[in-house]
Amino acid sequence: MSTNTTLEKDQKSANGQAGAFVSPDVNIFETNEGYVLEAEMPGVNKEGLDVTLEDNVITLTGRKQVEPLPGKALFRGSYGANYRRVFELDPAIDKAKVSAKIDQGLVTISLPKSEQVKPRKINVN
Amino acid sequence: MNSLALWRRPQFSGWGFGGLTRLHDSLDQLFDLPLSALARSSQLLSGWTPAFDVFEDKDSVYVRAELPGMRKEDISLSLHDGSLSISGERKSDEKLAKAEVHRAERFYGRFERTMTLPTFVAVDKVTAQYKDGILTITLPKVEEAKPKTIDVSVN
Repeated sequence: MSTNTTLEKDQKSANGQAGAFVSPDVNIFETNEGYVLEAEMPGVNKEGLDVTLEDNVITLTGRKQVEPLPGKALFRGSYGANYRRVFELDPAIDKAKVSAKIDQGLVTISLPKSEQVKPRKINVN
Repeated sequence: MNSLALWRRPQFSGWGFGGLTRLHDSLDQLFDLPLSALARSSQLLSGWTPAFDVFEDKDSVYVRAELPGMRKEDISLSLHDGSLSISGERKSDEKLAKAEVHRAERFYGRFERTMTLPTFVAVDKVTAQYKDGILTITLPKVEEAKPKTIDVSVN
């Protein structure tokens, strides 16, 4: 599957500063059964996650819902931005069977292949 | 005795490309590592240090680390001599060991991050919570470390 990893602007905000998205780190695995996509989105829970499938493209958007820490910052290493990444799907995937779950900020998307496409052993007489 | 707190200007995540900002972070972290850490661990080569924030108000120090997709049993915290250590191991899913890998951006394996706290904290009152992949540690300051006003008397 190919993917678009450039930084995109958050469409809801007019200027590029506070609204930009960051690309989450992903792992993509393929077996005979289908694909598994894991995306890291710390700070995102079920309410903040949006997975959209349109034509041959799947879009993952995660909005962080993290309470700001009290006091003043001594050190900042985390990104404040929300997450977004777009993937082009292998046509072998059965779009009706795509499912997603999120646990501790890790999104796991399961994309099974359609039955006809799975490799089958042909018996030799 | 005071310890120096590490302070970094907040980063603007909206500027530049994700990839370049991450490279910048990696280089910054390279300079953060004390020499003893370089000598004893392969932290440089493992490439995985979770992102974290440190905040402080008059009552407590707060440390937040981004650790998505872990189990709380695999995360350890320890406090020693004014330093907080967060370590753990992220294990890969065995079911996927036989799969063909198209992308592998996530880091696996051991990680460890040690930071000097800016002030003295009450060790027995430290609490930690792991939610939505974010570990938040609250370290209440000892009474003597909290800011106090001192009255000036005039004779």
